[in-house]
Amino acid sequence: MSPGNGAGSSRSRSTARDIERYASLFAQRTKVMKSSAMRDLMALTERDDVISLAGGLPDTSTFPPDCYASLMSTVAADSCARALQYGPTEGLSVLKRCIAEVMGAEGMEIDDDELLVTTGGQQVIDLVCKTLLDPGDVVVAEAPTYPGAVPTFCAYQAEVVQVRMDRDGMRMDELQSTLDELERRGQRPKFIYTVPNFHNPAGVTLSLERRRTLVRIAAQRELLVLEDNPYGLLRYEGTPLPTLRSLDSDFVIYASTFSKILSPGVRLGWTSAPAPILQKMNIGKQACDLCSSSISQYFVGAYFASGAWEGYVRSLIEIYRRRRDVMLDALAEQFPREASWTHPQGGLFIWATMPPYIDTTDLLARALQEHVAFVPGRAAYVDGRGGSSMRLNFSGVNEDEIREGIRRIGEVIREQVALYGTLTGTEAQRSTATGEDRLVDPAPRPAPAELAQVLRMPAKRQTRMG
Amino acid sequence: MTTVAVLKGGGSLERQVSLKSGARVQDALERLGHQVIPIDVGADLVHQLMAGRPEVAFVALHGRDGEDGTVQELLEAMGIPYTGSGVSACIRAADKVLAKHAMRDRGIPTPDFFAFNETAFEGLGAAQALPAIQERLAFPIVVKPAGQGSALGIKFARTPADVPAALVAAFSYDRKVLLERHITGRDLAVSILDEDGVPTTLPIVEAVPEQEDFYDFESRYEIGRTRFVCPAELAQAVRDRASQLALEVYELLGCSGFARVDLMLERETDELYVLEVNSIPGLTETSLLPQAADAAGIGFDALIGRIVDSALPVA
Repeated sequence: MSPGNGAGSSRSRSTARDIERYASLFAQRTKVMKSSAMRDLMALTERDDVISLAGGLPDTSTFPPDCYASLMSTVAADSCARALQYGPTEGLSVLKRCIAEVMGAEGMEIDDDELLVTTGGQQVIDLVCKTLLDPGDVVVAEAPTYPGAVPTFCAYQAEVVQVRMDRDGMRMDELQSTLDELERRGQRPKFIYTVPNFHNPAGVTLSLERRRTLVRIAAQRELLVLEDNPYGLLRYEGTPLPTLRSLDSDFVIYASTFSKILSPGVRLGWTSAPAPILQKMNIGKQACDLCSSSISQYFVGAYFASGAWEGYVRSLIEIYRRRRDVMLDALAEQFPREASWTHPQGGLFIWATMPPYIDTTDLLARALQEHVAFVPGRAAYVDGRGGSSMRLNFSGVNEDEIREGIRRIGEVIREQVALYGTLTGTEAQRSTATGEDRLVDPAPRPAPAELAQVLRMPAKRQTRMG
Repeated sequence: MTTVAVLKGGGSLERQVSLKSGARVQDALERLGHQVIPIDVGADLVHQLMAGRPEVAFVALHGRDGEDGTVQELLEAMGIPYTGSGVSACIRAADKVLAKHAMRDRGIPTPDFFAFNETAFEGLGAAQALPAIQERLAFPIVVKPAGQGSALGIKFARTPADVPAALVAAFSYDRKVLLERHITGRDLAVSILDEDGVPTTLPIVEAVPEQEDFYDFESRYEIGRTRFVCPAELAQAVRDRASQLALEVYELLGCSGFARVDLMLERETDELYVLEVNSIPGLTETSLLPQAADAAGIGFDALIGRIVDSALPVA
């Protein structure tokens, strides 16, 4: 029924006057949406001739097609009628067994009745908001936060308060002072939203000490924590850390997904939460979509029964680790010394921050002329911060494209750094990333000659134009 | 029945708006009984035009290549009549600096400005002239890329310290930028439509931002964040003056078919200033030209029909 989208007669009625008439019917919550200019810019990043480091896509190209075909045959042979049928809202037990395996791999035990199967991890965020938030309620999130959560928070008219991070994740001192300040104002946040492992978009991981502090703060203040953990199994270095849920299950709502370890196309995620909350979320899900796809649930069930899932995750880890390393090397080689970026131990993203005079939304417009794209940092904030940062994805494109994409972005950044230096008459080199959205200090970089040796690349490549 | 190629999309930053404009134009043309060839403009444009052999091209492109005379030149070369302004008017309207110089030379009021190429800063030391420029324009100053049609890249500089970053941003879109005196006041748009070859103004649209004194250009033309009043509530003298200025600029730049002229009515002085001319204004459901036409009793289909007719050679 959306005006202007239909064919024929409905489109013919969509004059400005009609739109205004519909607009007067729109709920308040529709008014908090991203500007159309930004939306239009992001749409250009999807063009075929653009190397897009903007997506958050896992690489599904290595999943064997014959495996897919045989799994679907198994579903057809064993559970055709049931796969084509509605299922229970909380999910099929065949899928819950798979979830228990995945959670087991991250050191958690779970019973069937503690789980709610959802349509992707994204639905968990929506259901938590639906269950807990009245308009004006406070949600505490990281700064930056997962860009995909922002529209959900906004749709429920939450007041989002963002707490800064550093290389060890959300800063607990700042969280405490934020909560104190909210208390003074008589506002009690409903939940703290966090992506503790390989944060999207920041790429950092919450340290063990901070995990313990966070669950303690939540218990003391009787606040919920929404632990969003889509990437936990995609670790490329370092030791796995316990999930918040395994440290304290009383105040933690846990969310995860099959999207990053198998396929976002199956649209399956899950949550476990304290029973009263889970019950309300179940009712919320009924209202939303009755149940998640039975076909998908049987498909994933058959896949796990084949015993292939852990091997596949290991193969993804190998691919993504190499891509991450290629991107980190390219950043060191191509980005100017004024920039800084995070070093993710896993996941899909690197967060890079420029000096404060560079606006990454405008930089994206310039980068698109060179056929390369990233996500401007503003998308990860609700308050206009993030203007000098960008999210770079390394999972969705191959190694050559990562090298070339970073080379092109580096070139336009250097161009702007030089221009700023000319405009201000200062040595721009001294003005490093100092913005609010900077998470790490610029790394000391080897001299170009040493770098060339380390990377076995000709030094002249740094200045090559293309 | 006429065979009409609708040129839309393209690679400019305004691609999405153009796709919406193009889709609505296509529907209108079909309802009017024309045969439509939709073309998402890309490397195969000439090939598609040669294959489709349209009698006329409806240019529903915005921004670079589509609105700056590039596509128009190509259509001239292929001998295909097209809607809207010709090559030279497109070049002048798309380049805000050229347009403003032409206005100033003709004595048409436009906010004071200075414009620079990147080379002026890189090779001529223009940075050292910035303090003098700032003194002559007075803050706040608006910094704009010369050739960008949408709100992207337009920045406010409230103090001298804001200017370098605003310039860096504007240069992301164009090799030429302008620094312009900011006019505080009402935001007016005068749409012009040729009627039997005679340019006629449509009712004036006023864009009223919902959040006053929030300098956010990106929300300027967005329903829900901006309220549109058409016809704008203006004194008769102001309305006449705005319409007259719009027609003067339209003719000065040599526009034809249709266009939209954006003006500011300064709060303190009640003076009108012309900001820019859009030679191919948006034709989406929230765009200002269709709103103005609607207020004049010209429905969308009739509007599109008239634009196509004005492009066809006189029989």
